[in-house]
Amino acid sequence: MIRSDFREGLRGGFPIMLAASPFGALFGALAVDNGFSIADAVFMSATVYAGASQMVGIELFGSNVQPWLVVLSVFAVNFRHVLYSASLAKHIRHFSFGQKLIAFFLLVDPQYAETEQRGERGLPVTFAWYAGFGLVIYVPWIINTLIGAIFGQLIGDPKAIGLDVLLPIYFLGLVMSFRTRDRFLPIVAVSAVASVAAMHFVGSPWHVSIGALAGIVLAACLPPKRPAVEVHAVEQEA
Amino acid sequence: MDAQHLDLLYLIVAAAVATYVTRFGGYVLITQLKNIPPRIESALNAVPAAVLTTLVAPAFVYGGMDVAAAMLVAFVIGLRFSTLRMLLVGWITVMMIRHLIM
Repeated sequence: MIRSDFREGLRGGFPIMLAASPFGALFGALAVDNGFSIADAVFMSATVYAGASQMVGIELFGSNVQPWLVVLSVFAVNFRHVLYSASLAKHIRHFSFGQKLIAFFLLVDPQYAETEQRGERGLPVTFAWYAGFGLVIYVPWIINTLIGAIFGQLIGDPKAIGLDVLLPIYFLGLVMSFRTRDRFLPIVAVSAVASVAAMHFVGSPWHVSIGALAGIVLAACLPPKRPAVEVHAVEQEA
Repeated sequence: MDAQHLDLLYLIVAAAVATYVTRFGGYVLITQLKNIPPRIESALNAVPAAVLTTLVAPAFVYGGMDVAAAMLVAFVIGLRFSTLRMLLVGWITVMMIRHLIM
């Protein structure tokens, strides 16, 4: 049971690991480019384990920004995880304290999305499944950082081999997987417009916090729906 | 180990701690609240789509015509098929545009 759950987690996380791998390598290469040693880059991937914020971190470190400001920016980019862990509470309440500590550490975007989806589909969210899914992304993330840091120059231009398009499409797929939820369209529309406007007027990485907040505030302001019969369409995804 | 490098290690550890705080903070907050008000619940329910949209929309608008085209094709694929197929078809699309058309 435990072993089959773990294996199911490994299988589920595998395509995400593939999609994230180029970014781990890219981070390693860019980190070395910004004055990190190979060990620093690997250390950051192993401890922070949050791709976008790691990119922001090395970028700001490379331009000699005050350390407290670097940490604050990392915190801001990762602020969405507060919402993830709040939203996940109902699915992982049965984990032991130690399991929760590990689960929170592994709580990256796809881990959140898949756990939430699994819980909503009524499938059991066991620690074995969660750990399998998380580790198959976490461990290669570190290895890819190492590879990227060593062979940084070889990656050269990720656009030439089309790697840059993978992450937006991956996130698009995640957004679409939530399309059966209440008020999906207005929320997505408002967040889309707000994030594009924030990107234009404020700049990255604030488009994430500002855009997300716009959609969330809209959801909170709309009149509460009738106690809906929760019918969650079963995803066709394997 | 020189002082400057030690500073970098402190910085990475501080960033890791800040990140970890965001990852358990929401859980602690939400389990302290005994009853979740309906508005908070709707707000939490909106979180994933709202956050993930901010990673998609700007890429679509500012990523260039090739990326936008690949995302459109992937969107159509995504109405029927898995994320992995979206990635594959989107990637093929962008490579064809870049190497055959542009």
